[in-house]
Amino acid sequence: MLDDFLVRAALAGLGVALAAAPLGCFVVWRRMAYFGDATAHAAILGVAIALGLSVSVFAGALGVALLMALTVSALTARGYAMDTLLGVLAHSALAVGLVAVSLIDGIRIDLVAYLFGDILSVSRMDLAVIWTGAALVLAGLAWRWQALLTATLNSDLAYASGIDPKREQLVLTLALALVVAVAIKVVGVLLIAALLIIPAAAARPLAGTPERMALGAVLIASASALAGVWLSFLYDTPAGPSIVCCAGVAFALTGTVRAMGITNQ
Amino acid sequence: MRLIETKGLSVTLGRQTVLHHVDFHIDRGEIVTIVGPNGSGKSTLLRSLIGAVAVSGEIIRAADLRIGYVPQKLHIDPTLPMTVRRFMGLPRRHKAAAIDAALERAGLSGLEDRQMADLSGGQFQRVLLAHALIETPDLLILDEATQGLDQPGSAAFYRQIEEVRADMGCAVLMVSHELHVVMSASDRVVCLNGHVCCEGQPEYVASAPEYRAIFGSGTGGALALYRHDHDHDHAHHGHGCAQDPLAEEAL
Repeated sequence: MLDDFLVRAALAGLGVALAAAPLGCFVVWRRMAYFGDATAHAAILGVAIALGLSVSVFAGALGVALLMALTVSALTARGYAMDTLLGVLAHSALAVGLVAVSLIDGIRIDLVAYLFGDILSVSRMDLAVIWTGAALVLAGLAWRWQALLTATLNSDLAYASGIDPKREQLVLTLALALVVAVAIKVVGVLLIAALLIIPAAAARPLAGTPERMALGAVLIASASALAGVWLSFLYDTPAGPSIVCCAGVAFALTGTVRAMGITNQ
Repeated sequence: MRLIETKGLSVTLGRQTVLHHVDFHIDRGEIVTIVGPNGSGKSTLLRSLIGAVAVSGEIIRAADLRIGYVPQKLHIDPTLPMTVRRFMGLPRRHKAAAIDAALERAGLSGLEDRQMADLSGGQFQRVLLAHALIETPDLLILDEATQGLDQPGSAAFYRQIEEVRADMGCAVLMVSHELHVVMSASDRVVCLNGHVCCEGQPEYVASAPEYRAIFGSGTGGALALYRHDHDHDHAHHGHGCAQDPLAEEAL
């Protein structure tokens, strides 16, 4: 079954969706959208470094994404004006990465595959990496769930209960870098943030508790991943953007459902 | 029994030293109120007691001290759905029956499934209080907990605090601007202005020259509650809290 590239693509999309959706809820709740962007865009620099040094692309992307996430996290803690700074970091990292890729001699690499993903060429090895990464992220979120929620709600409430919000932030930072590294193959660096934010935002109007929102985001992200892969196969469209399109449609639908529900009451 | 004690506590935020060598303590079952002008470090003192700010000096906490904290303001991001029941289960989950009982005690029955964002100001404060109490804390810390409540609302809130102390025996540490209400309910008042200016029973503090220097003698409401008025002026304006704490140290 795994011999079929379409099955592998669907499984890869599903794996990333499972991890990205609940993490994306925290990204939304904590207003870290740009944070996700900066981390994801930095990953292209990691790809360039990995290709230059002939090491695994996954390792390069993970390393640089982690470095970027930690930097941004540290700067946030110092109270910098974040939107401007993150904008600078996100786009500079992307630009530096693109330049670095072009400077690598000898290898003609398919830049588009890293920018927009290349889910239809996912190998068994890629699948193993994606599902291991996704399992780690999910396990980390489940382990820290109560503490993460408390720290997200109010850092002083967390401190008073003996929870260190900085440590929880670090958990999220690590999870974010991991999701970015495994998602490159699936949606590419330009659209990873979309996969984090859109399913969570789509789940928000229908959810009454954080858990239901996370579950809704997982369902929406999974459905979008499967539908996106299928559509891209049918109509020969790029898979990553197709997945994000499906999630965008889900967002429009849930928003409309909610709006109609309110006017009916 | 000492629940928490600070020795020579100093806090620097940015370049500004907010607290200078504060020696403070609160004992089991005590109600202590911190008063002081804006920017006097009241909230910072509370936040350092819960471990939320980096401090120099010593903070000694009783073993297994459970703190219930009611923040000055709790902003819940609109993207975060949160029912009252779910909020009560953070950071530790509780049985539904325990949550129902806690909400009923706080007069919030029937609001379990309401979104936090849809509560009125008074309901929200009562939920925060119920949330702090569900862990049966040894020490309840309230930072301007009645901000945004009208006078009957805050009076009811403070009555509830006294009931809580009577029922649960926990110590209560509060910061408030509402001197007249708060001081009459306290066992001890600490007047803070970057350092501890004076402390003691409400009657003593209300008549202390250091307190007068900050709040003037025109805080009629605070004084009206006491049996006798120290309504004359000690001509201490410009002294006490108004002076530079560093200069005081040099003495």
